[in-house]
Amino acid sequence: MAETTHGTGGLTFDAKKRSWPNEANVFIALILIILIFEGLGAVFRDQSFLFDFNEARDGTILNMARIKIIILQVSIIGIIALGATQVIVSGGIDLSAGSVVGMTAMVTMSFAQTELVNGNPNPKALFGPAFMDLPALVPVLVGLLVGTGAGLVNGALVAYTRIPPFIATLGMMVAARGAAQWWTRGQPISFPTEGFAAIGDGMMPVVWFVGLAILFHFVLKYTVYGKHTYAIGSNEDAARMSGIKVARHKTLVYAIAGALAGFSAIVLASKNLTAQTGMGLMYELDAIAMAVIGGVSLAGGRGSIIGTVIGALIFGVIISGFTFLRLDAYYQEMVKGVIIVGAVVLDQWRQSRAALRG
Amino acid sequence: MSDIILETQGLTKHYGGVHALTDANFTLQAGEHVAIMGDNGAGKSTFVRQITGVEIPTRGKIIFDGAEQHFENPMDARDAGIETVFQTLALADDLNVPDNLFLGREIVKFNLGPFSILDYKAMREATMAGLEKTAVKIPNVNNTIRNMSGGQRQCVAIARTATFHSKLTIMDEPTAALGVQETAQVENIVRTLKEAGEPLILISHNMRQVMDLCDRIVVFRRGRIVANLRKEETDGQDVVAYITGAKTQPEYDYEAS
Repeated sequence: MAETTHGTGGLTFDAKKRSWPNEANVFIALILIILIFEGLGAVFRDQSFLFDFNEARDGTILNMARIKIIILQVSIIGIIALGATQVIVSGGIDLSAGSVVGMTAMVTMSFAQTELVNGNPNPKALFGPAFMDLPALVPVLVGLLVGTGAGLVNGALVAYTRIPPFIATLGMMVAARGAAQWWTRGQPISFPTEGFAAIGDGMMPVVWFVGLAILFHFVLKYTVYGKHTYAIGSNEDAARMSGIKVARHKTLVYAIAGALAGFSAIVLASKNLTAQTGMGLMYELDAIAMAVIGGVSLAGGRGSIIGTVIGALIFGVIISGFTFLRLDAYYQEMVKGVIIVGAVVLDQWRQSRAALRG
Repeated sequence: MSDIILETQGLTKHYGGVHALTDANFTLQAGEHVAIMGDNGAGKSTFVRQITGVEIPTRGKIIFDGAEQHFENPMDARDAGIETVFQTLALADDLNVPDNLFLGREIVKFNLGPFSILDYKAMREATMAGLEKTAVKIPNVNNTIRNMSGGQRQCVAIARTATFHSKLTIMDEPTAALGVQETAQVENIVRTLKEAGEPLILISHNMRQVMDLCDRIVVFRRGRIVANLRKEETDGQDVVAYITGAKTQPEYDYEAS
């Protein structure tokens, strides 16, 4: 018997023999959801969802305008979802991301202001002229610093005290929102420099999202950091016994998630050309939903960046699909809730099935 | 009798007022397989936790490989060459075999601190070599631990020993949760270690297994060593008498003195 089969006890490594990846299932779900909207569109609106057969202006039968909007509208929250993925894989949860976006957007924008607006002094000026018209790098660094700082606090609370991640990051969620309001006593900040405005201009959020997704896909899959993140989420005791410095690693994971939330805030503030204290409200739940829809297990240890990116697309397609079907925005929120719970139920079902097999 | 791999002198561990381990004097020769037996709570696992760095002893000396050791954590013990197969399997279910074997000591291509790039190929090859050496049989090393049977999981845990050329292997109830066939598989690996001259400490409740695999039996009772028996000079009933407290070897009879 040349070929070794399961159970007879050979010693094999077959690079081609890979189990069906979970990401493939998520991708099939994405296709199915698109098909459902195509079907509903044909019945109720007599229109195609993602295709455009009438106008061949852009040389493709795809409705590029809609596809662009779908990707664009998930990109900013998608950046947060990349961090959420890492936190959840490590066995934690980060509820503070949305508030951190609000806080970071406010602080960042105050360092990105321009002195003269159409020849008149900036009506929203927060600091004196010395802090106006700074190179775009300054607000970016400030934003990353604020986000990373919030993440470090989250991580240290989770790792070095016995506070459950849910509670620790809930505290940060409330505190960071408060800080966002305190920063300007609730006033919005506007009129950024051209350099800063370029960061989130047009399709730039998509560029950042895709670039960071590729980077963190690599980091999670091919570095010691990634391996330890999966190990801690999979079996924290085993990780500790293997000599992994679990507390330090967790702090790093939350800090990276915080940095990503901070960067997302930079892109968002730049895209909107303004920062408001309410920015990023509930983004954390959308980000967690993207990850969970993409197959990241809330029990930790399982999931991938590729899955989360597909999960983000599913999220975008559903929202865009509802708009396309002219459903009320209120329904969208309700259905979003159903999707999140559904994804978690599916995750639990997957786990119990895996447990039965094991 | 000069090749002593491990020696403990007066090893003691108190948890508050509980004397979990008192004055354990223990030696292990090169190539020797020693069984540790005793009732639940007799101090077996406590003893192992001290010599593997999981806990820090209250008192006493650990001399390993010719030098006195002060293990601060399991990593220290492992770096010194003590590999432990824990009662609760220290494996990450969602990782595959090489990932688990190399957990915490990954082979890297470029050292970039925590973001060092993993060398999957080197780890896989070392894993295959280690598994081959111990005759451990795993259908596909690329499988995650989750998809493996209890016996296969235990084999993976044991295969660490062979992969890292450790100087001492400690197994804490390696077959407690296994079926007949899987137990036989694990026992075969233990025999392979014996043939290779690798020393072993085996904690087990299974008398047949101990008699089959070990040269010597050390019995713990109520936190103390009460007997040190060569396999040829004892039998199952005799050992049970020591475990239950019906007998105590004269040199260990603290209560009488």
